[in-house]
Amino acid sequence: MKVTRKEVERIAALGRLELSEEQKREMEAHLSGMTEHFKMLDAVDTSSVPPTAHILDKVNVLRPDKAEPSFERDALLANAPERDGECYIVPRAVE
Amino acid sequence: MNNLLQMPLTEAVKAVKSKKVSAVELTRASLGRIAECKELNNFITVCAESALAAAAEADKKIALGGDPGPLAGVPVAVKDNISTKGIRTTCASKFLQNYVPPFDASVVTALRNAGASIVGKTNMDEFAMGSGSENSYFGAVKNFRERSRVAGGSSGGSANAVAACEVFAALGSDTGGSIRQPAAYCGVAGLKPTYSLVSRYGLIAFASSLDQIGPLGRTVRDCALMLDVLAFADPRDSTSVPRPQKTYSDFVPRVKGKRIGIAKEFFPDTLNADVRKRLNAAVAALEGAGAVVKETSIKSFNAALATYYVLSSAEAASNLARFDGIKYGYSDRSGDGLTDIYFKSRTGGFGDEVKRRIMTGNYVLSSGYYDAYYLKASKVRTLIKREYEDALRDCDALICPTAPSSAFKAGKKTSDHTQVYLEDVYTVPVNIAGLPALSVPCGTDGGGMPIGMQLIGKAFDEKNLFELAGAFEEITGGNADV
Repeated sequence: MKVTRKEVERIAALGRLELSEEQKREMEAHLSGMTEHFKMLDAVDTSSVPPTAHILDKVNVLRPDKAEPSFERDALLANAPERDGECYIVPRAVE
Repeated sequence: MNNLLQMPLTEAVKAVKSKKVSAVELTRASLGRIAECKELNNFITVCAESALAAAAEADKKIALGGDPGPLAGVPVAVKDNISTKGIRTTCASKFLQNYVPPFDASVVTALRNAGASIVGKTNMDEFAMGSGSENSYFGAVKNFRERSRVAGGSSGGSANAVAACEVFAALGSDTGGSIRQPAAYCGVAGLKPTYSLVSRYGLIAFASSLDQIGPLGRTVRDCALMLDVLAFADPRDSTSVPRPQKTYSDFVPRVKGKRIGIAKEFFPDTLNADVRKRLNAAVAALEGAGAVVKETSIKSFNAALATYYVLSSAEAASNLARFDGIKYGYSDRSGDGLTDIYFKSRTGGFGDEVKRRIMTGNYVLSSGYYDAYYLKASKVRTLIKREYEDALRDCDALICPTAPSSAFKAGKKTSDHTQVYLEDVYTVPVNIAGLPALSVPCGTDGGGMPIGMQLIGKAFDEKNLFELAGAFEEITGGNADV
């Protein structure tokens, strides 16, 4: 299936990626090639097959509700691109 | 090279425990070898100081008559997508080039508790996406045996460092073959454990339903000893389970009476002649030693690669959404407002292959395509899992090549990146089905490059794989051609 330029732009925006013109061209070809390959799936009859999201059949694994020490604030903030004392700095999100 | 470095891990541990050599001496030798092999680009970060401290600690315990742990200060390496407290963990990405985790992955805690000396963090494909360790922000890994060839990927640095005797063993991660394929390309052993046998806490996620951490070593028993340390139920990973075996490293090599399944789909007419020849010889050698060879079939084999690339890309796109330039990692704040930080940081921080996977993943998950791709692939996954389980009902292991060829030329496949996806054809179904698989060397091709044999087992049947592969190793003497 041919993936169009418009779709490439839509998908890139969903992933918060900016693509150059050349990258968009490359991505059109790449996604078209991938979807072509994915046609292999159509050849498999799955009419009575349930999907598998996970190979384990576990559900709701719980652990004891016990308080444990958390991370040191400073250790976490050490990786912050921008910080102010005890907080991360981000641009204003609500006008 | 210091000859001490050529010992298997199991021997090195014994030598340290019996005071024939000190852990500090081994760690110094390892660090020296790493410096000597710098050109191979196996390491992104070397941590000499903390490694020597861990080794000294082991030596001290031994001197006082205490227990230095099962790894007794012996030097090992950790793939750079596994978190190490205080040691930067980059995923070979520009995005995380300065990221220093505030915690250890559970497997790293386990290695430290076992007394291991962690000498460094190994190079890989960015975010574990690739089959040649060429997609690294820190430059490509060069195969130790032939520098013009790749080391495989994505755990290329780990496999190559073990092959070059820079370390005695290493951790890798395997989402679609990333431990087994580089093991095959570098001529070492590598295990992808059953999904959930090894905790993923602290492994930077690629595709959570497929990812698994596992060991690489120069012998099968070295991998088993590592698994002894790595397998435990971890309250921090709700998918992890208690291990079914008390010890793995005490396995007894055994082949007599074991049933080996060969699916006809594993050996298409187009298969590389050298790979076919070596695999046939290996199976014949096992049969000669008493194994029973059975023909079987995995009908959905040809659909596995498409299934894998739909599911793994979808999971990757979701997992990598967390990299937003706010709390850690690359952050480009030159734009205007929050959304600009997201766009600019992700655009500037991720490499081309990572972007391709994010695009593919978001495409198959996007409105209008979900049923056709993601849901369909999830259903085919059920079939693949069933078919492997059915085939293994009558067999102790399935045997196939680990990869369709030996290590390919560096740069060859970077121009056609989908070509490189075909490298994973034998390894991805195992992740899709959640099964354990071990790659061991089974000789070399005409150019002297190693070829790997993959043994696939029932869920949690790692010990059986060790028995069989250990017996094969005895027959062939490790790397020798059969």
